[in-house]
Amino acid sequence: MPAPDLRGAALTELAAGTAAGKWSARDLVETYLERIAQLDKKLGCFLLVDGEGARKTADAIDKRLAAGENVGPLAGVPVGLKDIFVTRGLETTAGSKILKGFIPPYESTASARLAAAGAIRLGKLNMDEFAMGSSNENSAYYPVHNPWNLDRVPGGSSGGSAAAVAASLCAGALGTDTGGSIRQPASFCGIVGIKPTYGRVSRYGVIAFASSLDHPGPFGRTVEDAAALLEVIAGHDPMDSTSIPRPVGRYRAACTAGITGMRIGVPKEYFQAGMDSEVENAVNLALAELGRAGASIVPVSLPHTQYAIATYYLICTAEASSNLARYDGIRFGHRTASAASLEELYAKTRGEGFGAEPKRRIMLGTYVLRAGYYEAYYGKALRARRLIADDFTAAFAQCDVLVTPTSPIPAFKLGERAQDPLQMYLADIYTVAPPLAGVPALSQCCGFTAAGLPIGLQSIGPPLGEEAVFRVAGAYQGRTDWHTRLPRDPS
Amino acid sequence: MPGCKSQEFQSSVAQEWYNRVQMTRITADEVREIAVLARLRLDPAEIERLTHELDGILGYIDTVKGLDAAQVLPMTHAVPFDCPVRPDEVGASLSIAEALQNAPRRHASSFEVPRILPGPGGA
Repeated sequence: MPAPDLRGAALTELAAGTAAGKWSARDLVETYLERIAQLDKKLGCFLLVDGEGARKTADAIDKRLAAGENVGPLAGVPVGLKDIFVTRGLETTAGSKILKGFIPPYESTASARLAAAGAIRLGKLNMDEFAMGSSNENSAYYPVHNPWNLDRVPGGSSGGSAAAVAASLCAGALGTDTGGSIRQPASFCGIVGIKPTYGRVSRYGVIAFASSLDHPGPFGRTVEDAAALLEVIAGHDPMDSTSIPRPVGRYRAACTAGITGMRIGVPKEYFQAGMDSEVENAVNLALAELGRAGASIVPVSLPHTQYAIATYYLICTAEASSNLARYDGIRFGHRTASAASLEELYAKTRGEGFGAEPKRRIMLGTYVLRAGYYEAYYGKALRARRLIADDFTAAFAQCDVLVTPTSPIPAFKLGERAQDPLQMYLADIYTVAPPLAGVPALSQCCGFTAAGLPIGLQSIGPPLGEEAVFRVAGAYQGRTDWHTRLPRDPS
Repeated sequence: MPGCKSQEFQSSVAQEWYNRVQMTRITADEVREIAVLARLRLDPAEIERLTHELDGILGYIDTVKGLDAAQVLPMTHAVPFDCPVRPDEVGASLSIAEALQNAPRRHASSFEVPRILPGPGGA
């Protein structure tokens, strides 16, 4: 049986069709592998395509379906994994040369849950090295191109994940978000990405960047697709001590629950000078649409927003400098060719193996944690973090969900910002606060610039308020057709 | 390009911070010292570039220094967190072969490192 036209196919439809025998899992896999072979040379989404593994999994699923088994809610759905999720027996690099050739002896909880739900892993997706970046230009291998305009970045750090879903090279994908790394690339690529509440999705088997801020989450073409993936990967995991032991919400059902009577907060600090005018217009039109859908729009304030970027970069670099200490050339990864002492082995291995951005962040993190500077920098950042989180608590006393732009700008050109790290950091202004507070936040498309670049709308909920976020995102999607637009295949 | 307005804004914000950095916040010697603490071998060009970049970033990060937060408790976890406990029981773990499979150098059932103590067979 032929697989359906995959361009724009909804993951939920693909799963239903496979389960109903309309096409086989193998057909789906072959069609996606064919698209990847044709198009990914131009896009650079995949670091590794596991065709053999995907075909084997698909055949096993088809056999189980033929035997009348229920193979799970994601029956035969081909997905991609950001190369930060460790995969048993399949090379995992976190986009870094220092992990080139690393074959994990275990599997991440999130990817294991996808597999148990019937999804098929097509391969590992490109990313900024150790998830450090906002453009995917920090991949140690090659950059990713935005499917809407190949001269533009896809965003980062989960740029390969977002671009692959936008270009229909996989039906859904997993990424991670530490300061915006799911939401900003979702925004730049015109798809849906959600960073759930901290602890909602297990970090077990997710290579650590900044442990108190790292959030695994899904990408989908539609809000229902993202909801379907999140329902599968969320939930308590004893292997992650910060995992929340609470039942998973009904995210898919929430997408169609409507928003009559909901209060949508608009934080004034997210609508100040500096936003691109096309982004501002699109977000204001989206707010008006949400008003027509039955929500009331409430002005609110998040007064410590101005401290969010500095706070974020202090905490994430401090944690990164500690987490990345494990790459020392002894147990796994790159090891320098010759070293006379253990000290020299560490320093040479790390100097050779890390790219410019991890080095910059390790250095900054080591600096701010140094005796004598600790309280002035890291200690201050932890206090600022509480004030930023308290802002959200106060705002959610007045509203159910906050709606903001995801990024002040649409996708920028490759190379345009690569030489100035501070410029790159400042563009994270609207995405860094939710991970500091641990609250869930989703990005979806709310329009296009005159030049044809997607614009992202961010919905932020209270802790464990994913259902409220999906209600708002689903209501907006139900009244608009941005999610049905597809980029042209690169020729 | 679309977004030029915000780029100008961001450039002006960055420029303001660069301009405010009248005195140098970090010197090349400090960068070398940090590199030793971080176990990172950096070449002279990297030291020079990092000195400049960290100086600019630290200038911006100083925004947070002005915040009056002395009475605020530090926040180390995004969600309320009590370290969960479980019985101390032996469970499944990696075999020695699995644990060693990615080691760049190994010797019998051990990870191999340069000698750290003097002894027979060389320093």
